[in-house]
Amino acid sequence: MTVLECVGLSLAFGGVHAVAGVDLRVEHGELFGLIGPNGAGKTTLLRLLAGALKPDSGTVLYGGEDVTHMPLYRRAQLGCVVTHQIARPFRRMTIAENVMVAAGARTTLHPWRALLAVDSRHARARAGELLERVGIADNAGKSASTVPLGILKRMQVARALALEPQLLMLDEPLAGLNHNEAARFAEELAELNRGGLTLILVEHNLREITRIARRLAVLHEGALLADGAPEAVMARADVREAYLGASTSGIDTHA
Amino acid sequence: MDYYISVATFAALNVILALGLNLISGFCGQVSLGHAAFYGLGAYAAALCAVAGLPLPISLLAGTLVAGVFGALVGLAALRVRDDFLAIVTMGVGFLFLGAVRKQRWAGAEMGIANIPSPLDNWGYALLAIGAAGGLVLLSAHVRRSWMGRAFDAVAQDEEAAAAIGIDVAGYKITAFFLGTAAAGLAGGIYAHMTQLIVPDAFNFIESITILAMVVVGGLGSTGGVVAGAVLLTLIPELFRFVNDYKLLVFGGLLLLVMRFSPGGLASLVQRLRARVRA
Repeated sequence: MTVLECVGLSLAFGGVHAVAGVDLRVEHGELFGLIGPNGAGKTTLLRLLAGALKPDSGTVLYGGEDVTHMPLYRRAQLGCVVTHQIARPFRRMTIAENVMVAAGARTTLHPWRALLAVDSRHARARAGELLERVGIADNAGKSASTVPLGILKRMQVARALALEPQLLMLDEPLAGLNHNEAARFAEELAELNRGGLTLILVEHNLREITRIARRLAVLHEGALLADGAPEAVMARADVREAYLGASTSGIDTHA
Repeated sequence: MDYYISVATFAALNVILALGLNLISGFCGQVSLGHAAFYGLGAYAAALCAVAGLPLPISLLAGTLVAGVFGALVGLAALRVRDDFLAIVTMGVGFLFLGAVRKQRWAGAEMGIANIPSPLDNWGYALLAIGAAGGLVLLSAHVRRSWMGRAFDAVAQDEEAAAAIGIDVAGYKITAFFLGTAAAGLAGGIYAHMTQLIVPDAFNFIESITILAMVVVGGLGSTGGVVAGAVLLTLIPELFRFVNDYKLLVFGGLLLLVMRFSPGGLASLVQRLRARVRA
């Protein structure tokens, strides 16, 4: 079953073709890794798939439905959820409250319905569960403006999980984490995927992504260069050249 | 005695205006520098209804709805702009309202509308205004506790993060504008009936800034603080007559001082003092 599909997806910023005619298909249960050198258009592609950006041309299908013109919030309500590359917590809330607002998504669907809903016990309990699951329950009561990045990254995942997603798209979830943190978090993401959640990861940490991804695609100058099994993709000469030619800093960790 | 009743009524009207603006700016984080326009819209709509012979409840309802609908439209138009640009747009709406109403012969042009039917006595208006202000305090407290309040809070803090977790940012902004401006319209309706005379200048930019000062001095987002701010800024010009002549200077200065020294307004000042006393 195809969860997400895009056909001929393109977006240019001025004269720069950030994403140029990408065709992609992600099946249910996949852990799909999207890699590429800096500036390859990975984040732009992810934001197009999520609905945070509108394409110049092409279509996005989610669960077989054309969602190209559906705004970000509607797609999130339908379970097609994205997180931000740079953590964006609600800073004047606690970690638990951040997850609670998302857990209350059902009650906040419509403003008028939200006005009539006061009960927050369910959302509070759900937030507690999810914080437990991503391993930051100890930080529940802390202000989101004071906790370290590693906690925020996990909070973002918990916040996204609160929407009960069918598809979760994470933009560089491992960036900024140290070696051990990254390895542990990658393992937990793989565990989520084994639980049945379809994942798309944009990642710079090649070591971890080649380890956990079931399928890997390489984006180069806005177009797909390769798509397939991680080992096969990484062995290709053109992939290595794209990385080494465009930016050597793209390879931050050799396997 | 009449004087005190009238001061109390105006204080209550200002509480309604300030709490309305607090819904928009304090709860939902959307700046508005044109709140007086909706106060005016409500006053004109109610006055025209009353002059046409409609009873008080109908004219008040008309004032509330006309202001709320226009407010929702401004909210809709303002979806594409944020922060300082939104401030300019809403300021523009205020000037647009004044400019338009000054030229309308059916709205009395510069002379405004006089001889508005006034079915209640001073006590009646005082009770009406205080009752409405009380209602708005309850509504504000309820919004704060409800999921609407949480969603407003998310929108105020980070729009894109809010959208990413499925919050209809546009819908919430328009709702905030509707509720807040409808409240201003109700205050305008009561004002029109009570004074029996309205002129465009009563709803000018200075009035918008005065309402904003009440909210900021009281503490953006704090219902109790905003009520205190509104009452205080109603009383200051009454106690010190000269303030009335330099309203923009004094209230503008007060705005700056509060933003510099206690951005959370009176509400956070009280909180900090309490914390210090305890320590």
